[in-house]
Amino acid sequence: MVEREIVIKNRAGLHTRPAATLVKTAAKFKADFFIYKDGLEINGKSIIGVMTLAAEQGARLVLRFEGEDEEEAANAVTELFERGFDEM
Amino acid sequence: MSPGGTHNSEFILKGFPASPGIAIGRAYLYTKRVPVVEEWSLCDGEIEEEIERLMHAIAKSEKELNKILSFARQKLGEAKAKIFEAQLMILHDPYLNDAFAKRIRSEKKNAEYIVSTEVEKYQKLMLAAHDEYMHERAHDVEDLKNRIVRNLQEEKLISRLEGSPVIVSDRLTPADTMILSRNEILGYATNLGGITSHAALLARSLKLPAVVGLGDATARIATGDSVILDGYAGVLVVHPTGKRIEEYEAKRERFVQFEAKLTGLRDLPAKTLDGHTVELAANLEFEEEIDLIRFQGAHGVGLYRTESLLMGRDSFPSEDEQYANYKKIADRIYPHTLIMRTFDIGGDKVELQSIEEANPFLGWRGIRVFLDRPELFLNQLCAMLRASTRKNIAIMFPMVTSVGELRKAKEYLDQAKADLRGRKLRFDEKLRIGVMIEVPSAALMAEDIAREVDFLSIGTNDLVQYLLAVDRGNSIVSKLYQQFHPAVVRTLKHIIDAGHKQGKWVGVCGEIAGDPLATILLLGMGLDEFSVIPAFLPEIKKIIRTVAYQKAQHVAKTVLTLSTAEEIEAHLASAMHTMCPEIPLPRDTMDKEFQ
Repeated sequence: MVEREIVIKNRAGLHTRPAATLVKTAAKFKADFFIYKDGLEINGKSIIGVMTLAAEQGARLVLRFEGEDEEEAANAVTELFERGFDEM
Repeated sequence: MSPGGTHNSEFILKGFPASPGIAIGRAYLYTKRVPVVEEWSLCDGEIEEEIERLMHAIAKSEKELNKILSFARQKLGEAKAKIFEAQLMILHDPYLNDAFAKRIRSEKKNAEYIVSTEVEKYQKLMLAAHDEYMHERAHDVEDLKNRIVRNLQEEKLISRLEGSPVIVSDRLTPADTMILSRNEILGYATNLGGITSHAALLARSLKLPAVVGLGDATARIATGDSVILDGYAGVLVVHPTGKRIEEYEAKRERFVQFEAKLTGLRDLPAKTLDGHTVELAANLEFEEEIDLIRFQGAHGVGLYRTESLLMGRDSFPSEDEQYANYKKIADRIYPHTLIMRTFDIGGDKVELQSIEEANPFLGWRGIRVFLDRPELFLNQLCAMLRASTRKNIAIMFPMVTSVGELRKAKEYLDQAKADLRGRKLRFDEKLRIGVMIEVPSAALMAEDIAREVDFLSIGTNDLVQYLLAVDRGNSIVSKLYQQFHPAVVRTLKHIIDAGHKQGKWVGVCGEIAGDPLATILLLGMGLDEFSVIPAFLPEIKKIIRTVAYQKAQHVAKTVLTLSTAEEIEAHLASAMHTMCPEIPLPRDTMDKEFQ
């Protein structure tokens, strides 16, 4: 299991478009992917779940990956957050 | 009502005119029914069949949404169709679909019940967010849930209507408007909504009459009721008398004939009998309206409301995305001028951040937002500058209240230019700039402002509200909203003169520019440019071509001495009757009677 903590950098937070990018990226990997925020557990491969997060700029999220390609999945997803979903 | 209810007496509902035209026909009450969800248990043998039934309903919902999406793309463009795309993405969510199936198997309950309760979990979380954006998403999810449940109950979506009705509804969502406009409908009437609401704009693009803000229309009208929708005066006549229908048929006929005559004017200049030419431009909201603008006989655009780019989205478009849109529109308008207004957000317009303000009209809006958020401002200025390479773009700033604000805005423009030079990108070095005069302080300071820009454009809608301290969206005081209040007329004159003293041209891009009753007055006061919504262009051109500038000046001179709005309107109406008797004035029959 790999766990990463990230901060949302892009201005508009995890709104529809970044949420879609996130789900699409996560779907490329076999590893399960869960997002934790304020005690809430969300399946990171589910668009409706990610949209529900209402994670605004500055919010802290814990990302958890589990599966054979967990390391690659964690790197790809973390990079998305670091680039601010190319929206900065 | 007479005994037996066979005859209903006529009554009239007053709203706001949102799109011109007259429709006489039957009402169709379009109410969005929320499906009733029942809960029942399944036997073991029924479970797989139930999942099958759900998959079938999801496939049907997908088909419906795809239709709406492609139709929205055609009519509204890619960016604005995105709201429907989000709904489709949720529909395809494999985890959501898995959860449905798993719960049907484990709880042995019917699909309607499982879908509703599962989706409601997310809806509740979204509604708990205290965030306008998330609340809107919750409505999208609700829409989607109802769609699936409706398809499970195999109810047909009412998108095919019998005959050609007048649609009466509480409000129209973008999806409803799209679906309904595929039918032969006569017009739209809604309880809620402003004249800038989505349905109103769409009705204008489709050239269908529309009246909004009718209050409790849906409670007082039933499907099949005889109605007259007057998109000029903003009224809905219910159970009209035979005499009323005759009057309206005659009125409609006059407008139709008049419009037929107008088509010949398309390629002629907006020139008075004695050779005075003014610029007749169009207000543009959607790219799709450009063909209509040409067809209606305008060349340039006096106001491009760039906020339409923000519709249905949740973040600001990037510089590149904005540039692509601006460039495409500028190219289509070339060689004529496209005047672009920087995003006018706040007030009653687009809000990206939902900020609670006690008085939004006196709050954070227009240029104020941008001066506080320079990164967004620079983003848009760079995009506009990059689109200006063919030298047919001008930029104007909304809601300027002081010369200081204007200077700050100009500094940002210089900064954007420097940025582009640094990036080795080309733009029009002599790009013209203007200010929208829509606040009394800017009106008073018009000459000082004119000294520092290339043109002034008067936004009368807000100017009237601020001058008269009247919110026209507030039905209690909206009748005090008088475009012809002498204070308004004299202020317009002051601004026009101030601009001319500095050798700058002055235009009007507010609604008054499209009001035929105002044309002679504005012309006579020396206005240089009229920027009008496409539907009203031919009529305004016809009036300009029918009168002599000298006579118009004379009318204006008299009007400037009058002390009440009623006197001014009466004087202008009589001037119209003498100078252009063939122009039908919409307010002739209706307004006096119903106000």
